[in-house]
Amino acid sequence: MKKSWWKILAVVLLVYTIVGGLLLDVPRLMIVNESIRALYFHVPMWFGMVLMYLISVIYAIKYLRRNDPEADIASAGFAHTGLVFGFLGILTGMIWANYTWGTPWHGDPKQNGAAIATLIYLAYFILRGSLENQEQRARLSAVYAIFAFAAMIPLIFIIPRLSSSMHPGSGGNPGFNMYDLDSTMRRVFYPAVVGWILLGIWIASVRIRLINVEEKIHELEYEKNK
Amino acid sequence: MVTLFLYQFRSEFRKKSIFFSLLLYLVSLVFINYMALGIQNRSLAPAIWSALFWVAILSALVNAIAKSFITDKPGSTSYLYSLASPETIIVSKVLYGFMLCFGIAYSGYLFFSLWLTNPIQDTPLLLFTLLLASFGFSATLSILSAIASKTNNGTMIMAILSFPMIIGILMMSIKITKNCIDGLAREASFDELLILTSINLIAAAITFLLFPYIWRS
Repeated sequence: MKKSWWKILAVVLLVYTIVGGLLLDVPRLMIVNESIRALYFHVPMWFGMVLMYLISVIYAIKYLRRNDPEADIASAGFAHTGLVFGFLGILTGMIWANYTWGTPWHGDPKQNGAAIATLIYLAYFILRGSLENQEQRARLSAVYAIFAFAAMIPLIFIIPRLSSSMHPGSGGNPGFNMYDLDSTMRRVFYPAVVGWILLGIWIASVRIRLINVEEKIHELEYEKNK
Repeated sequence: MVTLFLYQFRSEFRKKSIFFSLLLYLVSLVFINYMALGIQNRSLAPAIWSALFWVAILSALVNAIAKSFITDKPGSTSYLYSLASPETIIVSKVLYGFMLCFGIAYSGYLFFSLWLTNPIQDTPLLLFTLLLASFGFSATLSILSAIASKTNNGTMIMAILSFPMIIGILMMSIKITKNCIDGLAREASFDELLILTSINLIAAAITFLLFPYIWRS
C-alpha cells in the first residue's frame, strides 16, 4: 500500500482532470470556444508520449551497457505505452481539428511529425516481431530505439517550428500562455499532465510485469517438458 | 583503414552489375514518371518536380544501401570482421555508400533533366544538397541495413525501418530543391541546410557509436 501512493495520486488527479476539465470555467475565445478543453486531454498525451519514449531509450542504453534482459523488456514496455499515447494524441487532435479547422487531417506539420513518430515506433515493433533469437532481438531493437529517438527529435521539435502552422502556439497563433491570462487553465492543466504521465508509467509497469510473468511461465513449462 | 576502404571499393566495383542494375532501376523509374505524367506535359510545377525527383532518388538509394549488408556473404563478412574493428568497417561502409549515393543521385539528376526538363536555376546549391543528402542517406541507411540483414526478410524490414527515418532528410532536401527551382536567394535555404547538416551529424555520430553493438551478434 505504501508503494502505491503514486497510483492513488494518479487516479485522484485524473478524476480531478475529468471533472474539473469538463466543468470549470475556461476563457471564451473565438473559434476554439469550448473545444479549448482539449488542452487537458490532448496536450498531456504528447508530454506523456515523449516521456515514455525517453524512458524507453534510457532502458535501451542500459541494456546495451549491462546486457540485462529486464532492461530490454522495460524498454519495449515503455515504447508500447508511448505508442498508445501517440495514437490517443493523434486521435484527440483529430477530433479537435475536425471542429476547429473543419477537417480531421489538416496537413499540419505537427500532425505529420506525430504520424511519422508513430510510424517509426510501429516499425520498431515489426522489427522486434521479426527477430526470433531473444538476445539478438534485444540488442538490435535497443540500437534501433536509440536511433529512432534521435531521428524523431528534429521531426517533432525542430521542423514544425520552422514552417508555418495553424496549430495553437505556433506561427503567431495564440498558444496556451496567451489565452490564459488569469491562469484558470493552469489549475487543471498541470495536474492533468502529472496525472496522465503517472497513468502512463502505471500502464507500462503493469505491461512489463505481465511480460516478465509470461517469460517465467515459458521457462517453467520448458523445464517441465524437458 | 585506407586499405579497407580501398578493399571495399574494389570488391564492390568488381560487382559492376550492382551499380549498373541500380542505374537501370533509376532510369526505368524516371521513365515511368515521364510516361505517367504524359509526354506532352513538359513543364512541371516546382513542387512536383522536386517531390518526384526525391522520391525516385529515395527508392534507388534505399535499394543501393540495402545491398551494403544484406547481400554480404556470411563467410566473407566474418572474415572481414576478424580483420578489422567494427568502427573501421562502418566508416568505410558509410564512405563508400556516400560515394555510391552521390553517384546515383547525380545520375538521377541527369536523367531527370533529359526527360522531365531541368528547371534548376541554382545548380551549385543543388549539388551541395545532393552531397549532404547522400551523406545523410548513407549514414542512416547503412546502420538500418546492418539491422535488417539479421532478420529473415531483410529487404522488407529495411524499407519499413528506413522510410520514416529518412523523412527528415527528404523533407529538407525537397524544400531546398524547390528553392533552387524558384531561383530564390541562397539565404532562403539557410535554415534547411543547417537542419540537414545537423541531422547528418546526429545520424553519423549515432551510427558510429551503435554499430559495434550490432556487429557483435
